[in-house]
Amino acid sequence: MCAASSPVAGRDGLAVLDAEQIRRALTRIAHEILERTHGGDGVILLGIPTRGVPLARRLAARIGEFERLDVPCGSLDVTMHRDDLRLHPARALGRTDLPPGGVDGTTVVLVDDVLYSGRTVRAALDALNDLGRPRAVQLAVLVDRGHRELPIRADYVGKNLPTSQREVVHVLLTEVDGQDGVMISGEGRRP
Amino acid sequence: MKRHLISAADLSRADALLILDTAEELASLADRPIKKLPTLRGRTVVNLFYEDSTRTRISFEAAAKRLSADVINFSAKGSSVAKGESLKDTALTLEAMGADAVVIRHGASGAAHRLAGWVQGSVLNAGDGTHEHPTQALLDAFTIRRRLKGADARGTGLDGLRVTIVGDVLHSRVARSNVLLLSTLGAEVTLAAPPTLLPLAVGSWPCAVSYDLDSELPKSDVVMMLRVQQERMTAAYFPSVREYSRRYGLDAARMARLPGPAIVMHPGPMNRGVEIAAEVADSVRSTIVEQVANGVTTRMAVLYLLLGGMEFPATEVAQ
Amino acid sequence: MTGSPVTDDGSWLIKGVTIPASGKQGEEPTSILLRGGSVTAIGPDLDHPGARTFDAGGLIALPGLVDLHTHLREPGREDAETVETGTAAAALGGYTAVHAMANTDPVADTAGVVEQVWRLGRAAGHCDVQPVGAVTVGLNGARLAELGTMADSAARVRVFSDDGRCVSDPLLMRRALEYVKAFDGVIAQHAQDPRLTEGAQLNEGEMSARLGLAGWPAVAEEAVIARDCLLAAHVGSALHVCHVSTAGSAEIIRWAKSKGWQVTAEVTPHHLLLTDELAAGYDPVFKVNPPLRTEADVAELRRALADGTIDCVATDHAPHPVEAKESEWAEAAFGMTGLETALRVVQRAMVDTGLLDWAGVADRMSVRPARIGRLTGHGTPLAPGAPGHLTLYDPAAPAEAVTPAGASKSRNTPFAGMELPGRVVATFLRGAPTVLDGKLA
Repeated sequence: MCAASSPVAGRDGLAVLDAEQIRRALTRIAHEILERTHGGDGVILLGIPTRGVPLARRLAARIGEFERLDVPCGSLDVTMHRDDLRLHPARALGRTDLPPGGVDGTTVVLVDDVLYSGRTVRAALDALNDLGRPRAVQLAVLVDRGHRELPIRADYVGKNLPTSQREVVHVLLTEVDGQDGVMISGEGRRP
Repeated sequence: MKRHLISAADLSRADALLILDTAEELASLADRPIKKLPTLRGRTVVNLFYEDSTRTRISFEAAAKRLSADVINFSAKGSSVAKGESLKDTALTLEAMGADAVVIRHGASGAAHRLAGWVQGSVLNAGDGTHEHPTQALLDAFTIRRRLKGADARGTGLDGLRVTIVGDVLHSRVARSNVLLLSTLGAEVTLAAPPTLLPLAVGSWPCAVSYDLDSELPKSDVVMMLRVQQERMTAAYFPSVREYSRRYGLDAARMARLPGPAIVMHPGPMNRGVEIAAEVADSVRSTIVEQVANGVTTRMAVLYLLLGGMEFPATEVAQ
Repeated sequence: MTGSPVTDDGSWLIKGVTIPASGKQGEEPTSILLRGGSVTAIGPDLDHPGARTFDAGGLIALPGLVDLHTHLREPGREDAETVETGTAAAALGGYTAVHAMANTDPVADTAGVVEQVWRLGRAAGHCDVQPVGAVTVGLNGARLAELGTMADSAARVRVFSDDGRCVSDPLLMRRALEYVKAFDGVIAQHAQDPRLTEGAQLNEGEMSARLGLAGWPAVAEEAVIARDCLLAAHVGSALHVCHVSTAGSAEIIRWAKSKGWQVTAEVTPHHLLLTDELAAGYDPVFKVNPPLRTEADVAELRRALADGTIDCVATDHAPHPVEAKESEWAEAAFGMTGLETALRVVQRAMVDTGLLDWAGVADRMSVRPARIGRLTGHGTPLAPGAPGHLTLYDPAAPAEAVTPAGASKSRNTPFAGMELPGRVVATFLRGAPTVLDGKLA
């Protein structure tokens, strides 16, 4: 992993993606979505809070630039459907904002920052199930760090990042954190 | 949040905002085809209602069921309670049934406190005597925020809003909870009532007091009317219903003196013509109907926050 | 304690004890000889072959305590207490005589019932029981009970009280005050205007407002006391005020005494120490009538007891079975036990705070109550010739938490878990021990 051209400041850990790399990854994913959905026909993007939401908006903007297509964009909070609720104090809920047309008959592309065990996505599929009946559901993630615990896979991946379970992946986005970058901290990864 | 919700004083500003924001999220559930979330699946909520209150009990029942909890209704009439079973014995029975939460409405102040000492689960006070009714205050605060702070008011309190609560404060658990919660959320609260219907020690409460309703109306963003029971007349709290109504009733003329966007609230059930005129209750300023819907949403938020996460350690006790 | 080498004549030699005297600092330890039911000698080097000795080093000796206000519950409420268990509790608290209130079932409004209670007391033998007679038949406040017959009975009733209820009818109260002059009786009033306290649960104040409990206003007590003092003065009779609980009441009594009127008053141990803040958790163990009041009231009551405006401490020991105190507040019974903890509470509230010395305690808990109750043979300061009633107490015993379990049948003590100083080590009734080493003898 070569050093980043614009080092990500302010955190312990090794930078694995810088702002420029993130931008290119999202551009690529946007093109891939258009390819695999026959030009974005019936597609809606639903970001999973917190950082999936700005990622979904960026993808929607990108697609809009390339194809002059207004892709409906929203957010889907999955807290109430998580399978690990009883392990932590009750969490605050994120926003669920569906585009006006709803999800029936659409191709929903779920957008999240990191794909790890797959449980968040499972919860998202359950949440989606109660909202309507999409024609298809796809998954776009910025980082896939492996260690799946459920039979879940992503359709679009920004970067494959093999990690150990003792490491922590931090995704930073300007809309939330004031800067863009992906860092890994924990054992074996020293800057 | 603590394990129980017994008094509005149990809630810090952060707790209260968390409940209101959670309720804001859950409100959209009512518009969905499937009005259900799996979050409390397998949990048991018992409605322990010693006082007849179909409206509140149904509200809690709907809230629990929408979160997929199992609901058991225990009403005092025709039950072992009517045969003289003590609150303690009833509590022990509920424990044995494995209730995760008990929603209790009781005629004696402090009943929820006592129950909390006897059960392992969470206790939700749905109204104890003349003490408190915290979920009523929460749904009132939620209603006020939605109406006066707009559709997206997440994270904001009621700062700067002026609320006037009118009526039998002395005997009102709704008033006690609202004074506490609304001031925690930053509102300025004024109580308007005849001196006989205010506790002597009201000066130590976080609110102002006025005996003159008319002087308060032009400066109120919210007027909350409390129900006045006719029995108070025979106990010499006021000379007649007519005089009470004349001095403290909200009629159309008084409503006209409210500032532009001001709203009128009532916890129900109303005495139309006593504390509130029919045309006021049915006016566009009135939030009485939406308070009912908001009741389910806020109670869902409370149940989720009390039961949806990790169980509280068994050593933590209410007092 | 050693066995006697010579023939044991039932006498006791209490060695190394201190007898508190007013104004004296550092009294010297001395010995007391109890013989034939009386104190026969007091001095530093007493000896009496045939006497059992009791090593009372470090202890103080008070004349046997007298309680002007106890509920023994028998006849009628033996599930809460009996004369046997109540007097045992009294002895453990250092009492040699208690006045048993009349609100039993049947009410003690006839010679028959008061004599029954008196006999039960003699049979139990733990302390003397002086029955109190009701003022009105059935405590109903409508007709005078047969006060004269009760006075003439074997029980020799002198104190009359409807305690539990107030004699609220001013005319009836006047008549009662007048009537008892004939036999040197005294009316002990439970001052509580019934109309101002309908459904009352807790002192009317900040706590009652916050907790949503119906208030018991101080004025409901003070107004009745003021009226009764004026009535007693008008007819020239003796009034005793039960369980004074407010600062205002103390001030009214001070005023009445300043006029030279025959007014006496008592305060309970719990009103000297506890406030209505304890009701915050709605535990009915703190529910009592009159209710616990505020810090300001507690402070004034202590001052009034110290300066003698309030004459004595009376426990108002009110035992209740568990179920009567285990419910929601409004359902629960009013009352707290108090016999076993009284002296320790008084030490904490009055002696350890410097307001009253032990000689003062002897006066307020033995001498004056006996005088008010017209109880001959009790409340006599310890001197040769005095009756052999005394209490040996260890003021320096390490503070220990109070447990609800005791000799009383009931467990409703508000002091459970509270650390209180002192320990009653022994109690002697007519020269014989009823309690030794903190246990029933």
